[in-house]
Amino acid sequence: MSRTLTPRYSNGWGVAFLFKAKLYVTLKKSVLDPQGSAVQKALHSLGYDTVGDVRIGKYMELLLKETDRDQASVKVREMAETLLANPVIEEFTYELVEETR
Amino acid sequence: MKFGVVVFPGSNCDADCYHVIREVLDEPVSYIWHQEIAIGGFDCIILPGGFSYGDYLRTGAIARFSPVMPAVIEFAENGGLVLGICNGFQILLEAGLLPGAMKRNDSLQFRCHDSLLRVENNRTPFTGLYREGQVITVPIAHMEGNYFVDSQTLDALEENGQIVFRYANVGGEVVPEANPNGSMGNIAGICNRTGNVLGMMPHPERCSEGVLGGRDGALLFQSVVDWWKRGERVGA
Repeated sequence: MSRTLTPRYSNGWGVAFLFKAKLYVTLKKSVLDPQGSAVQKALHSLGYDTVGDVRIGKYMELLLKETDRDQASVKVREMAETLLANPVIEEFTYELVEETR
Repeated sequence: MKFGVVVFPGSNCDADCYHVIREVLDEPVSYIWHQEIAIGGFDCIILPGGFSYGDYLRTGAIARFSPVMPAVIEFAENGGLVLGICNGFQILLEAGLLPGAMKRNDSLQFRCHDSLLRVENNRTPFTGLYREGQVITVPIAHMEGNYFVDSQTLDALEENGQIVFRYANVGGEVVPEANPNGSMGNIAGICNRTGNVLGMMPHPERCSEGVLGGRDGALLFQSVVDWWKRGERVGA
């Protein structure tokens, strides 16, 4: 069940950011990651021989002017599918945290 | 035949393309600023190389949403000729005008040198003056040219003759050693199903005059003019 929250702070324009989306974009499992392979080799040469597959990705934080968690979630998914990740080679996961700064 | 060269913030091969069209082909050409939303009167639109929007997020990802792009997409869908070179190819992929995506070169190095290409399909508006199987020398300069597409789409590209250029050796053999970036099937350039949209990583505009060391690229631009002046049209 979604609930409406009271704004906790303002950014000075009278706008309250209530959610922070933490978005992780990585190459799909089926797509070879040349950077990950290079890093894995470097770790092995440093003696970290227990390291298996290494995948390099991107981490993004988005502050959202949304008060409803479900609505925020819909928007993040939409933005990731439209622009932030390329569905041909990438996949993404995200989490929403209430912004309390 | 009227050419347009789109200028995004960060494009850096726009002036080279403009120069080749005007000085080598002797055809009319103008720049199209990325903020224009109506583009009339063009017969061929070029998306030039460079680093549009600093390559932020992914190559071509932000340029793909430039104000000019809906008009470019509409132009392409109506059969207009669109040529994407290097970053322009990356933009066409992001825009969905061509299938697939670019990954970072498997060497993790920026590759900047001549490449040998085998002309796989000379029945496109862009390649009519080449012989099929001809090996041409065209320089590359990119960090993200490692073409990737799912195997089903790759099969479709092969079947439909949409693979236009592949990296090859001097003998025209498509071998792994000739592949500068890890591209699937040594792919250097592809076109859409109808053949009016071509994307390629190598830079034909950088080898269109003898003074620059080669003229193999000029044939691509001349093919376009030749095709147009013969009265050929896509979807006509």
